[in-house]
Amino acid sequence: MGELRLMKGNEAVAEAAIRAGCDGYFGYPITPQSEVMEYLMAEKPYDRTGMVVLQAESEVASINMIYGAAGTGKKVITSSSSPGISLMQEGISYMAGAELPAVIVNVVRGGPGLGTIQPSQADYFQAVKGGGHGDYKLIVLAPASVQEMCDHVKLGFDLAFKYRTPVMLLSDGAVGQMMEKVVLFDQIPRRTDEEVIAQCPWAATGKLKNRDHIIITSLDLDPAGQERVNLKLQAKYKKIEENEIMYEEIHCEDAEYLFVAFGLSARICQKATDLARAKGIKVGLFRPITLFPFPVQQIASTIKRVKGVLVVEMNAGQMIEDVKLSVGLNVKIEHFGRFGGIIPSPDEVVRALEQKIIGG
Amino acid sequence: MEELFAKPEIRKPENIVYKKTDLMVDRPLSYCPGCGHGTVHRILMEVIEEMDIQGDTIGVSPVGCSVLAYDFLDIDMLGAAHGRAPALATAIKRLWPHRFVFTYQGDGDLAAIGTAETIHACNRGENITIIFINNGIYGMTGGQMAPTTLPGMRSSTSPYGRDVLTMGYPLKMTELVAQLPGTHYVTRQSVHTPGNARKTKKAIRKAFDIQKEKKGVGWIEVVSNCNSGWKMTPVQANKWMEDNMFPFYPLGDIKVDGKLIEVAK
Amino acid sequence: MAKIKGDIVINTERCKGCEVCIAACPFGVIAMSKEVNSKGYHYAMKVNDECTGCTNCAIVCPDGVITVYRAKVTTE
Repeated sequence: MGELRLMKGNEAVAEAAIRAGCDGYFGYPITPQSEVMEYLMAEKPYDRTGMVVLQAESEVASINMIYGAAGTGKKVITSSSSPGISLMQEGISYMAGAELPAVIVNVVRGGPGLGTIQPSQADYFQAVKGGGHGDYKLIVLAPASVQEMCDHVKLGFDLAFKYRTPVMLLSDGAVGQMMEKVVLFDQIPRRTDEEVIAQCPWAATGKLKNRDHIIITSLDLDPAGQERVNLKLQAKYKKIEENEIMYEEIHCEDAEYLFVAFGLSARICQKATDLARAKGIKVGLFRPITLFPFPVQQIASTIKRVKGVLVVEMNAGQMIEDVKLSVGLNVKIEHFGRFGGIIPSPDEVVRALEQKIIGG
Repeated sequence: MEELFAKPEIRKPENIVYKKTDLMVDRPLSYCPGCGHGTVHRILMEVIEEMDIQGDTIGVSPVGCSVLAYDFLDIDMLGAAHGRAPALATAIKRLWPHRFVFTYQGDGDLAAIGTAETIHACNRGENITIIFINNGIYGMTGGQMAPTTLPGMRSSTSPYGRDVLTMGYPLKMTELVAQLPGTHYVTRQSVHTPGNARKTKKAIRKAFDIQKEKKGVGWIEVVSNCNSGWKMTPVQANKWMEDNMFPFYPLGDIKVDGKLIEVAK
Repeated sequence: MAKIKGDIVINTERCKGCEVCIAACPFGVIAMSKEVNSKGYHYAMKVNDECTGCTNCAIVCPDGVITVYRAKVTTE
């Protein structure tokens, strides 16, 4: 078993990056995720593993540093919060188009605009539906605990390199800021340059004598060529949908009603499930862990067995669209959300279930 | 057709004194006739050939006319988003410190949309080479006003000439970055005559050499032509460039060995 | 007596007829063809015997279409 520590979610991201053998972090300060870079700077990962940490002049620069580094096969990560992630969308779209691996952590805060610094889940659409221009998807992981903030960094790198695609961790200000016990995985050595060259033959590492020069780009001016690029991306996303779905079900076996929630909302719903069951309401919780790929079949088969579904999100109703798309129109599905940085209490979630689903 | 004045007794492989370097990919360049991009591409590749660093060089191309530079330069390259090349180069050099890393950017890319990335990469003293082609216009998008368009100069978005009172002044990025402690070598050159092209080659060589010494940014601005955008023949454009661009963007070294040559105008 | 003589070979198919090489040549060796290549460009061609192999034309040629030869030839 790995090392046990009490940490903030943001710190867990940073420590996990070092331990995952990450080569570089490039970022820009923004609340509520600045601890990621602060932890890294204090920890001097350059001495520990040789990992580079650089504070960029903007999120625009950070994501393009990530693009450059990823294009040379290096394992790199950035983190930000909602307004900063909006600024990164250009670079993320380029990375999706150029098929580059990286981990991008969004510690979501309330919006729109400058919004607030308190937690929110209002960036679901941005993360899951593409975010920037063009037809692309990110693999989106939704950590609900400090432990998952740690584990999803490692998982994120694995998926990013397996599929050559950017992976986003869609967390929020509460998961980023709260302190919990976390079991840290053991240090994975950083790859040597020779290993990077051998493992990433697609990367621009310097022209080798036995191959053509490598070009990392998302540009193809020939429409037929650009359509081929798109078809290749879509085939990749299909493969991801077939192989990488993750979800969790709690008390779903005998459930008559169902909460569907991700990230922090799922933590709240877990408590709400206990409260409701204490009142005799048989409710279960379905928590998608991957938001793309979305657990369409799995959610549908669970929903088939219940009388009604309450989708709980810290937004005005975003994931509920994917839940509805997963099942037929004859299912009762309602949304309960708080937003602007308000975290719903388990009690009000139970009340919402009673009013909107059971009594409604 | 039959070639006149051929000299078979001289035209022998052992007598070759100049041929296009094999580090240029053997395909037609996408540039307009007479465009300086081709010349800069070639002498850049000559430097890389002479230093024998083809396998040790990673280039970053911009968005603009030279967006396809990676198709012509036989080295590993990345195509950046518009203006972001110095950010890419920063990370690449940090993670591959033994590679030679350069950006190749036009004036719109470097001096407008990428101003922040350019200035901060220079100010951090990244050990990279920045090659900046300044022709005072957006060539690829069809001749719009650039940050470097001269006062009074016509473009498709300043059809009556650049009015500095409403459109702002041309930006002298080279003088600006020379002020930053992170730049080590800053020069402005051109490639429109044999002598100037040779000087530019020396400048590029110098900038690559200082990457080995880890002394900060080596910066080469090349004042160049845009025959299509300026609506002139290539020869006319080169003359116009001498008469109009050079007085505003004077050629020569601005900073050498980390020291300003003279107080920038 | 030894004399330096030069020659140039122009890849006329790749030449775009920009004429920059003409001004670069100190001996008026190059002029434009009346014919056009397959892209429709008039191309540079050698029009006299004065080439010294100085390489000026090749260095300024944006498309790198000129190869330069130079040799010492002995004359009486």
